[in-house]
Amino acid sequence: MLEIIDLHVSYGAIRAVQGISLKVPDGKIIALIGTNGAGKSTTLRTISGLLKPEAGRILLDGEDITGLPAKDIVKRGISMVPEGRHVFPDLTVYENLMLGAYIRTNRQEVEAQLEEVYNLFPRLRERKSQLAGTLSGGEQQMLALGRALMADPKVLLMDEPSLGLAPVLVQEIFSLIKRIHEQGKTLLLIEQNARAALTLAHYAYVLETGRIVMEGTGAELLVNDDVRRIYLGEGEIAV
Amino acid sequence: MQLSRYWKRDIVILLVAAFVVAWANGDLEGLLGIPGWQSYTVRIINMCAINTVLALSLNLVNGFTGQFSLGHAGFMALGAYTTALLTMSAAAKDRVFFMTPLVEPLRKLTLPFLPSLILAGLVAGVFSLVVGVPALRLRGDYLGIATLGFAEIIRLVIQNARSVTNGALGLKGIPPVVNLWWTLGAAVLCYLMLKNLISSSYGRAFKSIRENEIAAQAMGIDLFKHKLLAFFISSFWAGVGGGLLASLLTTIDPVQFKFPLTFQVLLMVVLGGMGSLSGSVISATIVTYLMEFLRVVEETHYLGSITIPGVPGLRMVIFSLTLVLVVVWYPKGLMGDRELSAEGLKQLLARFRKAIRLKGESSS
Repeated sequence: MLEIIDLHVSYGAIRAVQGISLKVPDGKIIALIGTNGAGKSTTLRTISGLLKPEAGRILLDGEDITGLPAKDIVKRGISMVPEGRHVFPDLTVYENLMLGAYIRTNRQEVEAQLEEVYNLFPRLRERKSQLAGTLSGGEQQMLALGRALMADPKVLLMDEPSLGLAPVLVQEIFSLIKRIHEQGKTLLLIEQNARAALTLAHYAYVLETGRIVMEGTGAELLVNDDVRRIYLGEGEIAV
Repeated sequence: MQLSRYWKRDIVILLVAAFVVAWANGDLEGLLGIPGWQSYTVRIINMCAINTVLALSLNLVNGFTGQFSLGHAGFMALGAYTTALLTMSAAAKDRVFFMTPLVEPLRKLTLPFLPSLILAGLVAGVFSLVVGVPALRLRGDYLGIATLGFAEIIRLVIQNARSVTNGALGLKGIPPVVNLWWTLGAAVLCYLMLKNLISSSYGRAFKSIRENEIAAQAMGIDLFKHKLLAFFISSFWAGVGGGLLASLLTTIDPVQFKFPLTFQVLLMVVLGGMGSLSGSVISATIVTYLMEFLRVVEETHYLGSITIPGVPGLRMVIFSLTLVLVVVWYPKGLMGDRELSAEGLKQLLARFRKAIRLKGESSS
């Protein structure tokens, strides 16, 4: 289980995250929703070691991993799918995937993992020697997902997997995320597409200016009036 | 299966290099009676090979790892001075150091060429770590400025540490050990080492840092460690290249290792393609050869009654124009980030044949 206790993160004078506590139990899908600048990405990047927190603790299975460098976080089984995909454009699909398994040393296991990822995303197998920069947006997102899976993580952090994708592809990506979860991964998901995220998630937290303002099961939040008005765009428009 | 194909190509490269050496040595020594290392042609080939080593090593940092380093001349200077001081005999050193005597252990110490060359690489490598630990925290232009500054510091220290380097007077009478076997051997070794490095998981990590540092970090790649490793290997070979150069020229002084030297190597890297090993080999060879070949335009020509006076420096003008054209036609360098391969050559030939056929059809 991944647990975050009273996390504070700042960019200089700007306090992006001001005391967030949340739990990501094994085998569950947890969603973080909220508007731009609510601190969602900051939280994720702090968990994955790309940012250092000011205060607060991050525990993985009871072990304190706060402030560890990114490479040690990956080694402990937390992988991230960065926002905006961040594939390596001038490397081939195969090279991108192999980089995902960079921290793994057992060649046979990596080969098996590669096969698994190719089975999950047949499109990537077809395009394995193509440069990642020439893939379409949806394919790049699949590559980013596959690359994160290559590390065989316990917990997968996803930052806006549906960002900038056509509605049909958004559905496809979400069904793939569901399949990844069914294979036993624990997921922490950030989404602006609140409806899709809440439908998928077991439990969700709503962030606003660096604080958690609401939490509940996905189903609960879907019918909550405030959530419906602000994040799902239903009913009257708030002035 | 893939690995064996790699090795086949390595063997072919080795054979071709050995053939060039044998041909050049045999041809010029046997037919013309000129010792190999003295002749003009052989000297150009030597320079091509040394420049290949330099361009390949700079490409590892600038092209593959994406770190804009401008410190090559400094590391070459370290290699050149190390090789010179270790290979010169005690008597030769006494002759050169007539102003300030050389410090003691170095004065008597004389090593064979190979260990000197390896030590030259290591000295440059160790200094690259000293430079790299602070400098590699910077990115882009800032890293370029910092490494350029460090290279200048190294040069100025060499210029002023008279009891070790003989200061601005430089070193003369360095044993001319270097021949084609040494230079081409180093070039081939450097190429093979870098090629295998690039196709390993380290190479992938280097390239991922070039492409996207955040994503590379998210993959669990230690950015700093890999940048430092690339910098070390690059500087090692710069040191070896400097050592070869010292032995080839037999005389070195600090002025040689100013910024334009780095720029010349950088030019080869950019011209050949950032991130292409074969591109660096090709462009280092072409640039070196062209600089010599273009001397023709500086000579006075007699065409019947017309006399065209030679203009000194004209070859640099022509060279610059050629560069401009290459940059216009091949903005990513001659090879981009691709490598020369048998497959690629076949495709090129096929395209060429097709073009000729089309031309033939259209004219008939």
